[in-house]
Amino acid sequence: MDENSSARLKRRLLGVVYRIGLFLAMLTICLPGLWIVISSLRPTVEIMAKPPVWIPQEISFDAYVAMFSGIGKGGIPVIEYFRNSLIISVTSTVIAVAIGMAGGYAFARYRFRGKSSVFLGLMLTRTVPGIALSLPLFFLYVRLGIIDTHFGLILAYVALNVPFTIWLIDGFFRQVPKDLAEAAQIDGCTRWQAFWQVEFPLAGPGIASAAIFAFLTCWNEFALASQLTRSVSAKTLPVGLLDYTAEFTIDWRGMCALAVVMIIPALTLTYIVQKHLVGGLTSGAVKG
Amino acid sequence: MATVSLTKLTKRYGNIEIVHGIDLDIADREFIALVGPSGCGKSTTLRMIAGLEEISDGSIEIGGRVVNDLPPRSRNISMVFQSYALYPHMTVRENLGFSLKIAGAAKEDMERRVAEASAILGLDTLLDRRPSQLSGGQRQRVAMGRAIVRDPDVFLFDEPLSNLDAKLRTQMRTEIKKLHAKVQSTVIYVTHDQVEAMTLADRIVIMRDGYIEQVGTPDEVFRRPATRFVAGFIGSPPMNLHEATIDDGQMVFASGEKLPLPGQFKANVATGDKVVFGLRPDDIYPTGHGISSGGAADVHQIELPITVTEPLGNETLVFVEFNGSDWVSRMLNPRPLRPGERVAMSLDMSQAHLFAADTGTTLRS
Repeated sequence: MDENSSARLKRRLLGVVYRIGLFLAMLTICLPGLWIVISSLRPTVEIMAKPPVWIPQEISFDAYVAMFSGIGKGGIPVIEYFRNSLIISVTSTVIAVAIGMAGGYAFARYRFRGKSSVFLGLMLTRTVPGIALSLPLFFLYVRLGIIDTHFGLILAYVALNVPFTIWLIDGFFRQVPKDLAEAAQIDGCTRWQAFWQVEFPLAGPGIASAAIFAFLTCWNEFALASQLTRSVSAKTLPVGLLDYTAEFTIDWRGMCALAVVMIIPALTLTYIVQKHLVGGLTSGAVKG
Repeated sequence: MATVSLTKLTKRYGNIEIVHGIDLDIADREFIALVGPSGCGKSTTLRMIAGLEEISDGSIEIGGRVVNDLPPRSRNISMVFQSYALYPHMTVRENLGFSLKIAGAAKEDMERRVAEASAILGLDTLLDRRPSQLSGGQRQRVAMGRAIVRDPDVFLFDEPLSNLDAKLRTQMRTEIKKLHAKVQSTVIYVTHDQVEAMTLADRIVIMRDGYIEQVGTPDEVFRRPATRFVAGFIGSPPMNLHEATIDDGQMVFASGEKLPLPGQFKANVATGDKVVFGLRPDDIYPTGHGISSGGAADVHQIELPITVTEPLGNETLVFVEFNGSDWVSRMLNPRPLRPGERVAMSLDMSQAHLFAADTGTTLRS
């Protein structure tokens, strides 16, 4: 065998190994999600079986039917939870992204006193685990009378997300050359127009990814929500999962079914937005 | 079309002054080049005229109107950036029409003006492309097109050619010159390349450390540099400059070598004065191989050893040793020379320059 054909064979073998490795990695990542979907479709006996039953023997949508059947028939107020989750997540995401854009832009474009300390301070807030805040927040919210309200949770989530959105969006604005905003101003734009016409569209992918992250954080958050909400009027889907636990039993199948209901919107949103996450949009702006 | 006047224009960042109260009057339709080494304040000056940089003191007038505190959009200027600064999310057509869109121009008017500009610059076939699909030269042209479309009073160019390769730069230089002839606007052109400045400008402003060293036509700054800095900056290869002391009508160099004092400076110096003697490569040549310009009486003959030769085809740059360092001379109709060989050199003293060693200003009266 000559050198060339052995090199070719080696390259092909490497390709196969690469694909197998990739498949295993993807399997590891996807398996828990897949397991939840399967578990929501089969009886509890099978879920709890040891050794595990890999292939479900019978498939039923009972858990989903029951979920929407109303109180007393094994159902939970899933529509209300869903609505709460949606209102809280969307509102706090919109606010966090708006603040993040303003803040990120300021950090990327302006020089001001104490800039790096403020930035560091913002980042340090991320080191505090959310659960550590739940008790102080609980007392504070009770005093303020905003416990168990949409507003209370939105406030907490905005505070949680703002440092992150600022940090992420700052990075994306930094990548937009300063010259472009200046060129736009010379072309007749005000500072404000230059931002919306030129800088905003170019930082768009970054802002979209910040929005996804902020939304998913709110959508999946459990620790704070479980402390700050207690009734159907404010409980979110992750907190709703607890409805499936009774004193002595846990309805794993129902819980998995609700988890699937939670995953679907998040997955859909991510799928829609990820198309806009194409990088390299600024290529060709400056230099040759 | 407009005049531009800078009066005591100053820029400070905190306590550091970058531009020190410069004065400059630019005539209508004049092509002015601001030239100088990096950090001399030329780009800052341009950005102040554009309104991208606040001025710390002094004033700027465009077309007789003081524009000190006006935002860039109210100054009716357009600017071509070194980086081109094309909007990457817009096509060439949209890039060209952007300023008109912002100004709320009618669609037909916009199309007509974009078509005019693209015809001038040969962009017709590229209108639907994005900047990322263009070559460096094409991007440069789009950037210029964007400036033309606005029909501004003043064009500002900030080192527009420095990102292009040498061949394209020469080509675009010619295009800019043609463009100026066509659009007849006032142009302020910043460059660090003295060849660009010499070839394009009606007048050149040479800046250094935030001060204007000299303002003059290309011919003036070349033939009558006001300072030692201008003498060394303008011209390629640069002028040979050497310090000397005046002693009884002669210049005595550090190595002890002597040259006669050029006649035109005799009245302005006295024995003991420290001076800088300057001679362009064109004015020192192997005898019989140069452009003789002055009177024969002013040509000084001296025999010097050759260190290096650089043949360029039609001419050869000959480096000769004088005063312990190399002097570059230009040899026309070259004949082969060997390093180490001693040749008779002609120094055209009528073309010589003399500057005061301490202040650097010319001793020409």
